[in-house]
Amino acid sequence: MEALDLARWQFGVTTIYHFLFVPLTIGLSFIVAILQTFWYRTGRHEYLQATQFFGKLFLINFAMGVVTGIVQEFQFGMNWSEYSRFVGDVFGAPLAMEALLAFFLESTFIGLWIFGWHRLPRGVHLACIWLVAIGTNLSAYFILAANAWMRNPVGYEINEETGRAELNDIWAVLTNDQAWSTYIHTVGAAFITAGLFVVAVCAFKLWRDIKHGDTGETGVAPSTSERALFRGAMKVGLVVVLVAGAFTVLSGDNQAKLAAEFEPMKLAAAEALWDTEEGAPFSTFAVGDTEARHNPIDVTIPNVLSFLATGHFDGEVHGMNDLQEAYEEYYGPGNYIPNVFVVYWSFRLMMGLGMFGVAVAAVGLLLMRGRERLPRHRWFYYAAMAALPAALLANIFGWVLTEMGRQPWTVHGELLTAESVSPGVDLATVATSLAVFTAVYGVLFVVEVGLLWKYVKKGPTHLVPDLKDDKDESALPHFSY
Amino acid sequence: MDLALIWFVAIAVLWTGYFFLEGFDFGVGVLLPFTGRRNSIERRVAINSIGPVWSANEVWLLTAVGATFAAFPPWYASMLSGFYLPVLAILIALIARGVAFKYRSSHDSDRWRDVWDRAIFLGSVVPSFLWGVLFANLVQGVAMDADHIVTAGPLDLFSPYALLGGLTTLALFTLHGAVFLALKTDGPVRVRSRKAALGSAVVALPASAAFLGWTQSAHGQGWTAVTAVAAVAALVLGVLLTWQGREGWSFTAMAVAVLTLTVTVFGALYPNVLPSTTDPAYSLTIENAASADYTLTVMTWLTLVALPVILGYQAWSYWVFRKRVTGEQITGATVDGGAEPEPEKVA
Repeated sequence: MEALDLARWQFGVTTIYHFLFVPLTIGLSFIVAILQTFWYRTGRHEYLQATQFFGKLFLINFAMGVVTGIVQEFQFGMNWSEYSRFVGDVFGAPLAMEALLAFFLESTFIGLWIFGWHRLPRGVHLACIWLVAIGTNLSAYFILAANAWMRNPVGYEINEETGRAELNDIWAVLTNDQAWSTYIHTVGAAFITAGLFVVAVCAFKLWRDIKHGDTGETGVAPSTSERALFRGAMKVGLVVVLVAGAFTVLSGDNQAKLAAEFEPMKLAAAEALWDTEEGAPFSTFAVGDTEARHNPIDVTIPNVLSFLATGHFDGEVHGMNDLQEAYEEYYGPGNYIPNVFVVYWSFRLMMGLGMFGVAVAAVGLLLMRGRERLPRHRWFYYAAMAALPAALLANIFGWVLTEMGRQPWTVHGELLTAESVSPGVDLATVATSLAVFTAVYGVLFVVEVGLLWKYVKKGPTHLVPDLKDDKDESALPHFSY
Repeated sequence: MDLALIWFVAIAVLWTGYFFLEGFDFGVGVLLPFTGRRNSIERRVAINSIGPVWSANEVWLLTAVGATFAAFPPWYASMLSGFYLPVLAILIALIARGVAFKYRSSHDSDRWRDVWDRAIFLGSVVPSFLWGVLFANLVQGVAMDADHIVTAGPLDLFSPYALLGGLTTLALFTLHGAVFLALKTDGPVRVRSRKAALGSAVVALPASAAFLGWTQSAHGQGWTAVTAVAAVAALVLGVLLTWQGREGWSFTAMAVAVLTLTVTVFGALYPNVLPSTTDPAYSLTIENAASADYTLTVMTWLTLVALPVILGYQAWSYWVFRKRVTGEQITGATVDGGAEPEPEKVA
């Protein structure tokens, strides 16, 4: 065990944890903004209730996204000092842009939104939540552009004297093919996740309604007015998932082609394709032998991989053995094959779990077509509730595929992961840090889930009571700490 | 003036903004146990005085660190890997207090609030102290080899000078927070904050004077003598104004004190960004740590466009919440931050 291994574990643990909250923040900020816009336009009370209810859940989640994001800003320097030294000139720029253009926007306007219900005119207050939503999406763009640069470095040259990468075209970094495609794919997945969050919450409440009926007791089942609200919100969630699903699938297809072009080793590993083939098949289930570098068992669909990677059924796809040989010749001796088992199965789990969520949305909309209709089958509610963890896991496996598939590089073709780690930081220090983060994050996870659970159970009328007469302005909420 | 120097100044400005803004947030957190009893309205008044703004204040830190990464990558790399454990402690503290602000009122129970209040207190004390320690180490330099890898152990970072630096920022931020609370609240919290300000001044004044004197004599430039004296003078003035109950002016004086102190520290650091005590030739300087001109040019244009806008809307958010926070406003809301008819009339 070396400091390098633990530094990688720490990056994995803290980043995956951070990314449980990020997609929800990205998607829910928009969904809350949409709900509040409905309220602003129609003045209908249930939209205010829905805005408040999902707004509260959004804020509980937002807090965690922010604090776990701070760690990311420091971690590169702490554990990956040689990486930072090498790439800062290029990689630091989008990070600084993210702070200047996105973080300030999000943080200032979230404060104004939380505390501004009574102090700001309604239109201005509505603009605040939209600015938060725009901020979160801008933030995603900059950080994904930085990540895309690691996989497809562009717009830079190596300074021979200092050995550092130096930016020479910021536009190339920001318009990197990998950046745009990754952005649509990741943000699409974020909207799927947030949409399924809304769907799962609504499904839970409506399912309790079916199971217990209206007992009139808060927290047991939704009241009559809440039933309409949850039905409406569920529809909003389902539509968001379906639209985002289309974007995610299309950009995912594009990602495969970009991988074939820029990261052929990742694609080959994701398919456990050992030898270069024309008309390569898509593997559905493989058992591989990484020592002998072949698959004793491989259940495949002919020609599909070639089509995904090149757009032609008989296109050529490079295999790992041939790439390894070419890389050794070009970069010198070493093992350039990532962990095939992890990459192969992450790819399948990402697709499978993601597709499950989109399928639930399609079925849900079909079952709910027409006025006032609700799905009667219990299995639908179970599936809708299961779709949320499925989407969160799909996000995680997507990142594992991206990051583990890039190994052994941090910057493709330029810097190895083993060369990136901080040489001055010893094993005990990283172990301490990993242990502390794991413990703190673990405790916070329990707290966060507990709070979400509590507010979901209480429901929207607990936050914003039903109207007693039609013109009750005092129903406006007052958030405070 | 060359671009590298401009960015050294820009980073100094970002840290100054951070210490000025989050300085009083930290102070409010440090003073939380003294503003009111457990689970009291007074504590909520104190927290709500920074409620809408603390998160945006913290972005100044993220921007300072992000700008250091982009403009001086080796500085970012050596500093954060070299100061690993204190930085870890700061991160955990910032996580704890950030979550605590949001979650403490989400569940109505005394024990629940107690836990989060402790998180706010410790989460404010730890970074207030450690930022001073780390900046003192930047000025003083650390053991660092020819590859700019810090070889000093965690305990080496706690020299007498660094400890004095930590005490200075802790006491100064506490005083700053007390003055802020006196300005932004009304009722018992306002009264107690004035007392707390005078109490913390007993430590903040001598500590700051000693730290600035030491910094100036050991590492200062000619001109930093002026800012060091100005910092002490502003502090004395701030305390006197607090004593007279002139809260707006005393807060202004505190702002000047934090500004001049930060400027003195960066002046003492110049032209290094991280000096090596192993061999001065191994030091990281503005010159050898700066990114290439292209990156610095891009960043400069971006900042020139973005910063005025940011300052504009951040100032506006303070304007929106300019009223003093009182217990009456708080009791208008339900305990768990939900909705209940609120008496306040909107102007």
